[in-house]
Amino acid sequence: MSIQFGNPDRPNSYIGKTVPRPNARRLVQGRGVYVDDIVLPRMAHVVFVRSPFAHAKINRIDAEEAMSVKGVLRVFTGKDIAEVCTPWVAVLAHLKGLKSPPEHAIAVDRACWVGEPVAAVVATSRAAAEDGAALIDVDYEQLDPVADMMSALDPQTPVLHPDMGDNLAFERQHEQGDVEEAFRTAHKVVSARFVTGRHTGVTLEPRSILVDWNPAEEQMTAWHATQAPHMIQTVLAKHLDLPESRVRVICEDVGGSYGIKVHVYPDEVATAAIAKIMKRPMKFIADRLESFSSDIHARDHEIEAKIAVGEDGKILAMDVDDWTAIGAYSVYPRTSAIEGNQVVNLCGGPYDFANYRAKTTVVFQNKTPTCQYRAVGHPIAVAITEGLVDMAAAELGMDPVEIRRRNMFKDDAYPVTSPANMRFEGLSHHASLDKLLELMDYEALRSEQAELRKKGIHRGIGIASFIELTNPSPFMYGIGGARISAQDGCTVRMDPDGSVVALSGVTEQGQGTEAMLSQVVAEGLGVSPARVRIITGDTQVTPYGGGTWASRGAGIGGEAALQAARALRDSILEVAAAMLQADQTKLDIRDGAIVDAASGEARMPLEELGRIVYFRGDTLPKGLPRELVQTRHYITSDYPFAFTNGVQASYLEVDTQTGIVRLLKHWCVEDCGRVINPLLVDEQIRGGIVQGLGGALFEEIHYDADGQLLNGSMADYLVPMAAEMPDMIIGHVETPTQESLLGAKGAGEAGTAGSPAAVMNAINDALRPMGAQVTEMPFTPERILRALGSLKD
Amino acid sequence: MKASAGGYARASSLRDALEMLAASDGSGRVLAGGQSLIAAMNLRLSAGDFLIDISRVGELAGVSETADSLRIGALTPHAEIGRNPLIRHHATLLSQAVEFIAHAAIRNRGTIGGALAHADPAAEFPACVLALGATLHVEGLNGTRDIRAEDFFQDIFETAIEDGEILTGLSVPKAGADERQVIEEVARRSGDYALAGVCLVKRTGGHRVSLFSVGPKPILAKNAMAALDRGDVEGAVEALKAEIDPPSDTQASAAYRRHLAGVLLRRAAARIEGGNA
Ligand SMILES: Cc1cc2nc3c(=O)[nH]c(=O)nc-3n(C[C@H](O)[C@H](O)[C@H](O)COP(=O)(O)OP(=O)(O)OC[C@H]3O[C@@H](n4cnc5c(N)ncnc54)[C@H](O)[C@@H]3O)c2cc1C
Repeated sequence: MSIQFGNPDRPNSYIGKTVPRPNARRLVQGRGVYVDDIVLPRMAHVVFVRSPFAHAKINRIDAEEAMSVKGVLRVFTGKDIAEVCTPWVAVLAHLKGLKSPPEHAIAVDRACWVGEPVAAVVATSRAAAEDGAALIDVDYEQLDPVADMMSALDPQTPVLHPDMGDNLAFERQHEQGDVEEAFRTAHKVVSARFVTGRHTGVTLEPRSILVDWNPAEEQMTAWHATQAPHMIQTVLAKHLDLPESRVRVICEDVGGSYGIKVHVYPDEVATAAIAKIMKRPMKFIADRLESFSSDIHARDHEIEAKIAVGEDGKILAMDVDDWTAIGAYSVYPRTSAIEGNQVVNLCGGPYDFANYRAKTTVVFQNKTPTCQYRAVGHPIAVAITEGLVDMAAAELGMDPVEIRRRNMFKDDAYPVTSPANMRFEGLSHHASLDKLLELMDYEALRSEQAELRKKGIHRGIGIASFIELTNPSPFMYGIGGARISAQDGCTVRMDPDGSVVALSGVTEQGQGTEAMLSQVVAEGLGVSPARVRIITGDTQVTPYGGGTWASRGAGIGGEAALQAARALRDSILEVAAAMLQADQTKLDIRDGAIVDAASGEARMPLEELGRIVYFRGDTLPKGLPRELVQTRHYITSDYPFAFTNGVQASYLEVDTQTGIVRLLKHWCVEDCGRVINPLLVDEQIRGGIVQGLGGALFEEIHYDADGQLLNGSMADYLVPMAAEMPDMIIGHVETPTQESLLGAKGAGEAGTAGSPAAVMNAINDALRPMGAQVTEMPFTPERILRALGSLKD
Repeated sequence: MKASAGGYARASSLRDALEMLAASDGSGRVLAGGQSLIAAMNLRLSAGDFLIDISRVGELAGVSETADSLRIGALTPHAEIGRNPLIRHHATLLSQAVEFIAHAAIRNRGTIGGALAHADPAAEFPACVLALGATLHVEGLNGTRDIRAEDFFQDIFETAIEDGEILTGLSVPKAGADERQVIEEVARRSGDYALAGVCLVKRTGGHRVSLFSVGPKPILAKNAMAALDRGDVEGAVEALKAEIDPPSDTQASAAYRRHLAGVLLRRAAARIEGGNA
């Protein structure tokens, strides 16, 4: 059975339309339920004492004074927690050579970054726990920190984890073709050093967990702000020695995630361990300072890269030497080697060329661990690639659009394998670029730029093509041994009155998953989306699934929902055919009623069928299957990942006296396959662009040379705000994946993948006549003035 | 983090507030708009204080005029400073400054007295009152004192207000007929504290230039003022750069701040000459 997606007038045509989000009204009315809104009887609060040093031995922890604070119940050290909670090691077998030492929920005898938990104080209120925490006396002995990335492997640098032998966590080199020869004989070679600033995801709702251990039932319930409830269920079960069936993870509303909430955090696991030890509900809500020091960081990379081009602008070779420092531990269970690995996989992504070499070197250091954050590795790889392509175009005197046209994979070239060995099923680089140029009126913009230049106004236009990895198969984590599910499931059930409940393993973080699922189920079944109640985020009731990550919700979770809905439709029609003594193939369900498929004539409302099945089953033929509930699971299998593509453009103005960049406008055309809900996709793209613009212009975690964290509040970590954001024009090209009936790929990370590179290229386009260039993010006004040579000291 | 206050009481009058302050044995802390104090308490940068809430003390609010000056009550909120017709007419520097201060919600609650008493070196109002040559009025149980703006700001977050005193308001000279007042600043995002800022007042008696976010307190750039009086803008820029010793932090280096101060003075001077201030 296929769906006539091409026909907008088909019955139940909810896929492809903007329908209201089922949870919007609840959230707007203040009826959302976040972890911190939940209060349980006998609940206590835990606050963590965190290391003020980048690297220190913990000699002794004196809790006597803290215990005297009114309301303080108990203090835990790393040793106390280790008695009930085993440590973890975050490696993956397919990332060969990746190493990381065992990490405890609370540091046992050594703290390895500013912000690492070293003790926990439990009290009847958060305030009392903070009063207690301030009085915990930790006798630290400072150790030499490893703070600098590029010297981490030097022989004179101390080894952070002596058992590991050196500070190298992971290294991978990929080589295709004859790179040396291509560079030796090329018409032009352009090289540059790129830096992407360490930053983090800044979720509106901080990391939060409330854990209740019921010893009578031996049941643990965790209300958790997470993207991956089943993964957390598995982790808590494993490290606290419980059967998975006795761990229930519930996500009510989650206030933004961006990858920050898909990892296992020591303080959250410690909270679960403490709940189990104390046999009472335990709440931990990170405050903003804790968020900056203990949420994962990302994007801390330094890269030397070069590109070789022919006279005709054809890319002959690319060579990328990427370094990243991941903090003191690889983060469990996804590991911290993925970002560097993605840089290797994604550089040069849009282009058809032969010779490619890329290496990533991943080192340990005494800073907050880094891990996967929205668009993992993409903004880095796109900045390297698109930065080099623009520099090569300038060197050749060629228009940046023209050089891209000459190198992008042709739209009819698919399936194709990239020089990085990525397999592409179907992309639309040329169609997307054409649409972008039309939307932005490229030629007119170029003349405006030239006119204004004469008046001393320096504007720039930057273009960035990109690919985005979505719909991952087990090739991402599963094959490496991680218990992270790439498949996902959905159960769709019809209740007696004909209303529908769908339980899905993918989760809602505020991005609109539930709206997407409601339309898919509605169309698959033949009822209006308003009749479909979506339940996500409860491991005890939803089918096992992976949750939200790598832009998989619509592509994987949506397809499971569609198949489950289609299966339920078949079950309903089988019953209807028996009741109506009709041919099942001649019946359809439209707008909540059984109809004659050919004429559309109404035969019976679903509530009548529900009444008979649930209350008068005696009137149906004996043996007639009557399950008005169906479950389907879906996994991709033809391709390891469903790649999407797109292209962005930025138009901006540089104040060459102050260095301030003013964003004037931004465009993005992307191809996420089937667009299920145009408004949701556009807003994903816009939000993603904004996060990318944050990394390009504002966001940066600062450390000093001793690994001391220098900024930890919203006053000195600058997130992008509305006033500085440009208008964004979003367009789409649709190349559905053939792997699924739905044809959807992911859209959640495309905006973030491409916007930093577009801005970098636009700034450099503005600066080029002055002979200046910036390649170190964020592009602060000061960095721009230094590139212009305006500052002498 | 959760704030930890040592207590709270709402004052019904200035006298009431001063008495509570005197009785608090040094632990009393005046609470006005709370837009700096509560933020500091929520980071536990400030803990244990006994809060004396003056926000309902009517006698501290409002703007009035005499023949040659404006009297602005300490409790006048930023938003009111921005829209008050007397201030817009006679001390436009203050109303212009409001557009640079934070965001609407903060401007509704934050008070000019709070901003001056807090004396954040990056704040706009302290530099404005310095450029305007305002007089600040404080009162204690022993009486009132008038303090010139030049003497009021002493160091980072430090003013001439003594223990037991409350800032009641300020007097600002009315602008002369041909007086020009402009403020220029650069911030990373709108509403952020400035990376550097300049106030420029041109009046019959000569130019007045003050800077913010370039040192531990707002600075009156006397050599730059003298150069401007001579009509030498480039000389003023050079003098200005020599007169300041800006800090370096994660947002900007000293060199960048010094450079910005020069750019901003040039822009301010151009605006004044252009007459559109
Ligand atoms: C996000 C954010 C951004 C901001 N951005 C800016 C900005 O760009 N520029 C800027 O200038 N400010 C900014 N502010 C600060 C804001 O302007 C504050 O309102 C102001 O600094 C303090 O005024 P308040 O009335 O809120 O004082 P409070 O916070 O109540 O008090 C501040 C201090 O002054 C003392 N105090 C208050 N009133 C008196 C008085 N009458 N007599 C004696 N002592 C007194 C208090 O005891 C306390 O020590 C920002 C604030 C926030 C939260």
